[in-house]
Amino acid sequence: MASQMSVRAEEPAQVSWVNDPKTRGIVVQVVVAVALIGFIYWIIGNTAENLRRANIASGFGFLSGRAGFDLSQSMIPYSSNSTFLRAITVGLLNTMLVAITGIITATIVGFLIGLGRLSRNWLIGRICTVYVEVFRNIPPLLVIFFWYVGVLAVLPGPRQSVDLPFGGMINNRGFYMPRIIAEPGFWLVPAAFALAVVALIGIVVWARRRQMATGQTFPTVRVGLALLIGLPVIAFLITGSPATIEYPEMAGFSLQGGWVVRPEFLSLYLALSLYTASFIAEIARAGVLGVAKGQSEASYSLGISPRRTLRLVVVPQALRIIIPPLTSQYLNLTKNSSLAIAVGYADLVAIGQTTMNQTGQAIEVVAIWIVVYLGLSLLTSAFMNWYNAKMALVER
Amino acid sequence: MQEHDLSYVRMEMVNAQNAPEREKGVTRWLRKNLFATPMDGVLTLIGLLIVAYALPNIIRWAFIDAAWVGPDRSVCSTQSQGGIQPDGWSGACWAFVNAKFSQFMYGRYPVFERWRVNLTAVMFVALLVPLLIPRVPFKAINAIVFFGVFPVVAYFLLVGGSFGLSTVQTSLWGGLLVTMVLSFVAISVSLPFGILLALGRRSKLPVIKMICVVFIETIRGVPLISVLFMASVMLPLFMPAGTTFDRFLRAVIGLSIFASAYMAEVVRGGLQAIPKGQYEGASSLGLGYWQSMGLIVLPQALKLVIPGIVNTFIGLFKDTSLVYIVGMFDLLAIVRQNFSDSNWASPQTPKSGLIFAGLVFWAFCFAMSRYSIYMERRLDTGHKN
Repeated sequence: MASQMSVRAEEPAQVSWVNDPKTRGIVVQVVVAVALIGFIYWIIGNTAENLRRANIASGFGFLSGRAGFDLSQSMIPYSSNSTFLRAITVGLLNTMLVAITGIITATIVGFLIGLGRLSRNWLIGRICTVYVEVFRNIPPLLVIFFWYVGVLAVLPGPRQSVDLPFGGMINNRGFYMPRIIAEPGFWLVPAAFALAVVALIGIVVWARRRQMATGQTFPTVRVGLALLIGLPVIAFLITGSPATIEYPEMAGFSLQGGWVVRPEFLSLYLALSLYTASFIAEIARAGVLGVAKGQSEASYSLGISPRRTLRLVVVPQALRIIIPPLTSQYLNLTKNSSLAIAVGYADLVAIGQTTMNQTGQAIEVVAIWIVVYLGLSLLTSAFMNWYNAKMALVER
Repeated sequence: MQEHDLSYVRMEMVNAQNAPEREKGVTRWLRKNLFATPMDGVLTLIGLLIVAYALPNIIRWAFIDAAWVGPDRSVCSTQSQGGIQPDGWSGACWAFVNAKFSQFMYGRYPVFERWRVNLTAVMFVALLVPLLIPRVPFKAINAIVFFGVFPVVAYFLLVGGSFGLSTVQTSLWGGLLVTMVLSFVAISVSLPFGILLALGRRSKLPVIKMICVVFIETIRGVPLISVLFMASVMLPLFMPAGTTFDRFLRAVIGLSIFASAYMAEVVRGGLQAIPKGQYEGASSLGLGYWQSMGLIVLPQALKLVIPGIVNTFIGLFKDTSLVYIVGMFDLLAIVRQNFSDSNWASPQTPKSGLIFAGLVFWAFCFAMSRYSIYMERRLDTGHKN
């Protein structure tokens, strides 16, 4: 016993410190850290030297300078006299606009196609498969160009605009739709809509509580739709229809008035939505296939109708599988919106590049990109993680 | 007596009857696959309408009415546009693709030196095909030649400047050549770097882990375009004054960095899926870190994530189309550049050119994805879980 003890006590001494994982780990880390710091120091030195030679002042002071370039599309007032900061804000808003509209469309189209591939209907299944296989295997940039130079640019000019239903028009300058112009008193309509949303949330909470307590269900969807549509319509009629519709009309060489969607935005939006939809379709399909068949069979044998089985048994379980990859597709779409630069849609990267060319502040612009895109990524993943946690399996 | 008793039992079998009319052949298939429910019927009709509208139009545009050969834009434009086609004509302008085909393949690579590109392509195929077919032996030698010797030979062949070959500047490269070279280099660089980054991210050493996490998440968080800008604008800033970087090299560096970060996450997924017992088993056999990773963990982990790796390759191949933003002419960019050729400008030219480029990209990506499915089935040992 004693001899054993002594052997144990001597053991650490037998292992040379060269072979001790702990010391080795520390040494490796120190070496890597020193090398990295040295490398960064070297880079910073070079950069400072290069910037000094090129007479570029570093720092974010340039943001308050006059931008001097025009932008084709802006959601906030902007002119060439505005500052770089404002131009970059416009770019950020444009990026978010195309990302959000694209995400919504891609999700709807993607789920429809994905479920279509699962359908027992042979023809629908084939059509959806062809869609997925075509769009998944083509660069998104090519799809953007296809819409921009292949389809939208060869449309007739403003004089021969193609008429669409409801007074819309389309030509090579964009897609024109009638615009609703608010008159005094119109504010009641959005207010009524907001009221309807608040009421709906209340009803949902109440209905769930009642169902938990008594087992009685409440037709939430139908009542909700009635509220959301009914209240604004009533408000609109009560206030005496305080709105006029402005139709796009020919004036000079272009269409005036109405609400216009530019071909740059349209091609980017269509391409990103259709491209991402093909990936979302596969994710949705995998999610539904991932729910064991026994789940729906068990549900049927309990006497639950197919529709409710889908809603209450299959979809909640499929969502668990779908959400994580769906999040990364949303992030991909947001990042792919930077392809806007190819068609001249003024997004964050396009404006950043113009700024870079004008001021030479490459490092600062790249830093802004990184901060903004990482911020957007973190926001999206935070939201999706919250949603995922809500949907996740709660195990005892 | 007994025989008599049992006489009610049928001694001869009745011949099998034909299936009911509605349960056989085409009718059954139609009923089952197209008209199972009224809703199904409606969907089928909608689908039929889409196909009946789109397919004839596509076939007429792409084949029947298409202009296959011709000297210039006149074959692709209507009389009112100054061409020979009747007014109202609409068809693909394959003549444009035909005339520009060599440009789409080689870019501005000098005509008399193009045999070098062809030779490289032949070597590439000759080395790749046996590597992909599982039955062909000598995989190890083949792989070493493909990833070790071939790039060196290809470099001297394509760039030239020695062995009596004239130098061809990379600024002259273009078309499918650039797309292929960029993807080959970025793919072969990103796999080893991705594995290293993934191992680093799973490492127990905090400093290594932090460096890898920051690198991976930063690169994955920003669009490829901004990484390419970083490589093309900031790389020259980072280097000592006077260092010049080839534009091609910058694009390669940007793409490789980007792909490595994505590859790292794919590999990490595989590493996480390996049960702890495998790591412990390796240590208890006395294997060191690199031995246990290289001999036990990575072979299993990589096999698990083959689909993910190929998907990254496909993504990378598609992403090479973005290099035009830093001034390179890959296949898509060179097709686009030729739209501005006034000799070929017609309303049908852009569509036709883009569809051609799309077909090329599609063929490569589709082949890769099919191959990955095939490999996945082949390598499936049946005890995944």
